[in-house]
Amino acid sequence: MLSLYNGSLNVPTILKEWYEEESESNYGAYIPFVGTVRSEDGIDGLSFDVYEPILESWFKAWQEKAKLKGAKIKMAHSKGDVMLHESSYIAAVFSPKRRVALEFIDSFVEDFKASAPIWKYDLKDGQRIYAKDRSTAISGSGLLA
Amino acid sequence: MVRVEFLGPIQKEALELDINNLNELAKILQADAEVSDWLESCAVALNDTLVTSLEAALKDGDKISLLPPVCGG
Repeated sequence: MLSLYNGSLNVPTILKEWYEEESESNYGAYIPFVGTVRSEDGIDGLSFDVYEPILESWFKAWQEKAKLKGAKIKMAHSKGDVMLHESSYIAAVFSPKRRVALEFIDSFVEDFKASAPIWKYDLKDGQRIYAKDRSTAISGSGLLA
Repeated sequence: MVRVEFLGPIQKEALELDINNLNELAKILQADAEVSDWLESCAVALNDTLVTSLEAALKDGDKISLLPPVCGG
């Protein structure tokens, strides 16, 4: 399940919804990761562009990987502006046993950072500035150079 | 015609080009000062699937997307 929201995420509501969706599914572990916008470098917040067609196919591939391990993955992300101390990203893995979920959330979030077609901007002094130095070129980049 | 879209922070309007393969696109974009500096760090998608080779043939109505470095979360 992939959910995109305009603006910040309502963390308690989303975590509760996901918990309730799977409470009868016989998973032994529910491991969420919640990303929160921190105050650093004088920013007022962050802003995000999302390219949904490729994000959806990327996520679908991860859903298939999870299924092979008897696990389920859910993700929520923001579009647009998210201010300090708000959340822009939640991912969670449900699995029968904890070890699969702990390992899966780690590899999923790492690949999310490196591959998901989402662009981050710092909101600072009324400007929206691409976070170039914190961004990662997708594997295979440079084909047209 | 093939539509070429520039995603995220690349400030450039989409192009409609009469091209037959990605090699032709590479030559056009390398000569375009607005976008040439991005090419080294951009991934390329054909009809929303990432491609790893310039060999893919293009046909009328295809969509190409350029994806600059990402940072979700």
